Amino acid sequence: MADARTLFDKVWDSHVVERLEDGTCILYIDRHLVHEVTSPQAFEGLRAAGRPVHRPDGTIAVVDHNIPTSDRSLPVEEPESRLQIETLEANVAAFGVPYIPVRDVRQGIVHIIGPELGLSLPGTTIVCGDSHTSTHGALGALAFGIGTSEVEHVLATQTLLQKPALNMRVQVDGKLAAGCTAKDIVLAIIGKIGTAGGTGHVIEFAGEAIRALDMAGRMTVCNMSIEAGARAGMIAPDETTFAYIAGRQFAPEGEALDRALAYWRTLPSDEGAHYDRVVNIDVSALVPMVTWGTSPEAVLPITGAVPDPAAEMDTDKRARLERMLDYMGLTAGQKLAEVPVDVVFIGSCTNGRIEDIRAAAHVAKGRHVAEGVRALVVPGSGLVKQQAEAEGLDRILLDAGFEWREAGCSMCLGMNPDRLAPGQRCASTSNRNFEGRQGPGGRTHLLSPAMAAAAAITGHLADVREFA
Amino acid sequence: MRPFGVVNGRAAVMAQANVDTDQIIPARFLRKPRGGGYGQFLFADIRAEPGFPLRGGEVVLVGGRNFGCGSSREGAVYALMDAGVRCVIAPSFGDIFAGNAAKNGLLTIAMPVEGFVAGDMTVDLPGQVIRAANVETRFAIDPFRKRCLVEGLDDIGLTLEHTAAIAAHEAAVPGWARPRS
Repeated sequence: MADARTLFDKVWDSHVVERLEDGTCILYIDRHLVHEVTSPQAFEGLRAAGRPVHRPDGTIAVVDHNIPTSDRSLPVEEPESRLQIETLEANVAAFGVPYIPVRDVRQGIVHIIGPELGLSLPGTTIVCGDSHTSTHGALGALAFGIGTSEVEHVLATQTLLQKPALNMRVQVDGKLAAGCTAKDIVLAIIGKIGTAGGTGHVIEFAGEAIRALDMAGRMTVCNMSIEAGARAGMIAPDETTFAYIAGRQFAPEGEALDRALAYWRTLPSDEGAHYDRVVNIDVSALVPMVTWGTSPEAVLPITGAVPDPAAEMDTDKRARLERMLDYMGLTAGQKLAEVPVDVVFIGSCTNGRIEDIRAAAHVAKGRHVAEGVRALVVPGSGLVKQQAEAEGLDRILLDAGFEWREAGCSMCLGMNPDRLAPGQRCASTSNRNFEGRQGPGGRTHLLSPAMAAAAAITGHLADVREFA
Repeated sequence: MRPFGVVNGRAAVMAQANVDTDQIIPARFLRKPRGGGYGQFLFADIRAEPGFPLRGGEVVLVGGRNFGCGSSREGAVYALMDAGVRCVIAPSFGDIFAGNAAKNGLLTIAMPVEGFVAGDMTVDLPGQVIRAANVETRFAIDPFRKRCLVEGLDDIGLTLEHTAAIAAHEAAVPGWARPRS
């Protein structure tokens, strides 16, 4: 069918302001999320050019990357972090941008609070100076990360200059077995297509296993689209999506919601729509996944063993494997389920939602963190924290020896005081295991919240399926 | 933006795949104001390793597949540019990195890199030619990106010429999609 369009095509087409001669489009942006790290130079640029923020009401700012996750009543100790936070606060005041203050219960990681507050909606365009903006695609939005120059462009014009991406469909079939989660699905996808597998594409995640996920799980999958090289991931909105949105602070209501719903139901990809690339994956036999190297594609089932570089014929790949094992302090053939950990981090925009904390608490209940292991639980937002406390999850985790902290990006990227020391090994629910990501010399194993909790309890990477 | 014409100088080769933006500049340096220069943070955690290919003063960096993948931090581009790098040649790039590069006048050329060695190199953007001791090769580039780089165009200025079209689009945004306060 010539007119059949994908979900991406539909959202893209409805936001093209103008198509320039060479195919570059001026794309209208509905929501712009701003945080303290990638915005200072953008506001500085506006100031230098004497330009205002075009749509302050289409913009919302929050502090997340730098903020300490310890006591919020104390001042921010690290001077550079404090300066970035103060700079954002001065900029939002000067340019009239709505801001969620540090001590507001709604403060949190920008990609947690967008959906949580009903700012992220199906069929809209959402950008933020952060690559994990792909998260919001779980609601059927076109959402992608931008650099600081583009942040300035959106602030000044509420648009971006873009060329349309290619369409890629990742069809995920089968029913997940017990112990497996959305995190295991997305790690398996990245393992299959590689960290450049989606470059130049927007990935639409589809199929039975995706439909069966709750919104938190869908956000986890879309969140890591960027680790598969794709700037955006999207999932067609359905009744699960609509039920999630209803009643949230900034979501439409009444007649506006009815009109929105009627439109949102037209968004799923048409039968026969063209995809430039299709990947199929069956997850019925999936086993909980864990990364062993310094790229998210270096991932294996927890039942596996560290690969042997000697078995790699390609000399470049062999050298890369050797470097990874050397950095990670692992030996070829070592069983993954026997790798000891020093730190466990449960949180981030990938896995900092209430469902993630419930999963961790479920494993932790009545057990205790292994001796010598430091285990942090960092809720993705103040509202997630509040909900967890209302459910008594903080007590379960504290009793089990976990730290219960304030909301922020925390040890995902170590811009605040939550960092690994050189050589420390961390089981982490975050999204990147790059060298030095969680602190210089730190070693990261990516896994699901339940798997992270199991690692905290046993003191080593462990198969959560063995926790009845 | 500084226009990009013909650039000449030393090239370094860093062939490994997936050099991510956390390696190019670790996150902890992203709190620094740009005023002090970002060149000092370039590859901060790996540049002391034996055999590290950049010694300082390179103008061209030849990289591996998926160069600049990962985080959207424009600091990665600031670090390269403030260290004097004007052009990166690699088989492929992370999408956001390539976009950030273009907006700062850092030329990214996506092409196979076999045959490139460390040493003197000339990159002629208007002529779309790379010349080195043992190689002379043409390269492809998106015409719009080329024009912006060669003329040092300001994207925002360009877009603001379309203010009327933006206003018309904005007026037609359905009520449910408009921001609520």
